[in-house]
Amino acid sequence: MNRHEYRNLVILVLPTAIVCIAFFILPMAKLVMIGGSGERGLVAYLDILTKPRHFESLIATLLLSILVTVTALAVATISGLFLERNRFRGRGLLISMLTFPLAFPGVVIGFMVIMLGGRQGLVSEISKAVTGDKIVFAYSIVGLFVGYMYFSIPRVILTIMAAAEKLDPALEEAARSLGAPQWRVVLDVILPALKPGLIASGAICFATSMGAFGTAFTLATNIDVLPMTIYTEFTLNANIVGAATLSIVLGIITWTALYIARSLSGSNAVAAG
Amino acid sequence: MSGSRDHGTAIKLLSCAKTFGGGTVRALESLDLEITGGETVVLLGPSGCGKTTTLRIVAGLEEPDPGGRVFFGDDDVTRLPIEKRNIGMVFQSYALFPNMNVRENIAYGLKVRKMPKVEIDRRVGEMVEMMHMGELEFRRIDQLSGGQRQRVALARAIVVRPRVLLLDEPLTALDAILRTRLRVEIDELLRRLGITAVYVTHDQGEAMSLGDRIVVMSNGKVEQIGTPRDIYYKPNSEFVAEFIGSINRLHGIACGDHVEVAGGTVPWLLNQSSGKVEILFRPENVGICDVSVAQLKGKVVTSFFQGDRTRLIVGGLGERDIVIETTDRTEYISGQDIGFQVDPDSIIVLEK
Ligand SMILES: Nc1ncnc2c1ncn2[C@@H]1O[C@H](COP(=O)(O)OP(=O)(O)OP(=O)(O)O)[C@@H](O)[C@H]1O
Ligand SMILES: [Mg+2]
Repeated sequence: MNRHEYRNLVILVLPTAIVCIAFFILPMAKLVMIGGSGERGLVAYLDILTKPRHFESLIATLLLSILVTVTALAVATISGLFLERNRFRGRGLLISMLTFPLAFPGVVIGFMVIMLGGRQGLVSEISKAVTGDKIVFAYSIVGLFVGYMYFSIPRVILTIMAAAEKLDPALEEAARSLGAPQWRVVLDVILPALKPGLIASGAICFATSMGAFGTAFTLATNIDVLPMTIYTEFTLNANIVGAATLSIVLGIITWTALYIARSLSGSNAVAAG
Repeated sequence: MSGSRDHGTAIKLLSCAKTFGGGTVRALESLDLEITGGETVVLLGPSGCGKTTTLRIVAGLEEPDPGGRVFFGDDDVTRLPIEKRNIGMVFQSYALFPNMNVRENIAYGLKVRKMPKVEIDRRVGEMVEMMHMGELEFRRIDQLSGGQRQRVALARAIVVRPRVLLLDEPLTALDAILRTRLRVEIDELLRRLGITAVYVTHDQGEAMSLGDRIVVMSNGKVEQIGTPRDIYYKPNSEFVAEFIGSINRLHGIACGDHVEVAGGTVPWLLNQSSGKVEILFRPENVGICDVSVAQLKGKVVTSFFQGDRTRLIVGGLGERDIVIETTDRTEYISGQDIGFQVDPDSIIVLEK
């Protein structure tokens, strides 16, 4: 590379570098410093393991996110394959409806879960009419799960449909010609072909669920997910150090998930939400 | 052509028709076909004539329209799905599993059959050796050339010792040289295995060299079924004659022991009719002779020197030019008069 090219390169890299430093590295560094600036220094980072409230929140969020990811992948894979392989009337409408939730912010999704499973919700009224008991799930972990599923499924379905479209039907026919029953075809041909898409969209699901705030906030559930804990520590308890350490931990977990996904699938997974 | 004719499974198709798209696309008219055990039958025809559809009916990937039946030996397999038919299938696109290496691809059918591991190893080893793929065994599929992929696809299909082997244009995606080489390999393989095979192609050279019998199809219908020699020497329709090799056509009137055409006469000793006929003959069955004594005369339009022979386009014999092939070393120039005669044994006369 000669000098001239080198100069051009620097000029081209500059905007990225500025954005990266201003919006990513500086705040991160500040956050890390705040996290370690309390009386006990960096030991504060261990709080997340030792403080029961923080630790429980971490575990609950992790479990919820994993559960949401696995369920969303399963549900969306089945529906995505079905939608890709069958042509019927209303298919286009169904697909656009399934991807609808992408347009909603978390608060709205939380609100919709309340309309469904809240005290005055649809499920509670129906169950009251049928059995006499009101079933209310919106404010428990079930409500969170439903809400998270709602915005996770569309992301996966779209990825799966795109991957399924590229699947060569001759591969499945070849497997069957060699004697493979349907379940083996799924296991040996379809799932391997969908794997990159599953990993990428699974990682996005997981990351989104880990960081989702709006839905949890609206539902005001009795379990604290990590973003809620951060919010509480920051605004109510004015525990800025605690909020910072939790933020960093949350960030690292999410980032690691995305990183692993990216290196496994080779595609560019992007978190949103 | 082959000795071991007895251990293959016979295939019988009875009134197999196929309609797609809710009755709108008639891909295959009612077809009856019997294939004896160990025989190689080639389905030949232009694009869209129903070759793949026929093959897929044999495979069990498509069900024939109601009324059609498929037999393997004495078993009625019409309702049996492909995975239960014990067939081997080779696809034009190879359809090798990209998530498995060469060895795993070949072993797949055996694994599905829950064969003991030692037996799988033995059979796959045999196959790898037979197909000369020793150094490729652990390669990923995307690291193979087209010809190598096709060999793996073949190996994967035959390692399970299927009852019948079905090949859908297995060589079409390869270049000409490789195609010829693999054609020889496939031919040897089919002879050695003595397996019943159905081979789809639109390449007449492939059909002639591989097939014990050829089924020529067009527009979902069978035009002719016969040995390569039958099809070549005794085509029963213009379509077959034109499709197999190149052929010349002359319109004429039959009278007595000859047919009168635009450029002269053609002897037809077996003539029993009088009236309009069409004479077909192959470019290589023409002898060039002195213009003064020739039965047929024309003018050279163009000549193509091809080394081993010269290809002449000759006009002045009706609306269509004819093609003559000659191995003599004379140089012909455009516009020159030429006299020739057609080998009387090789002409095909279609009465109009
Ligand atoms: N699944 C299908 N749905 C609708 N029409 C079909 C289907 N499969 C085949 N056809 C139609 O049936 C006819 C025969 O198709 P087929 O694939 O058997 O032809 P082919 O002889 O194999 O041609 P090619 O040499 O191009 O492969 C074609 O007109 C094709 O468009
Ligand atoms: Mg075809």
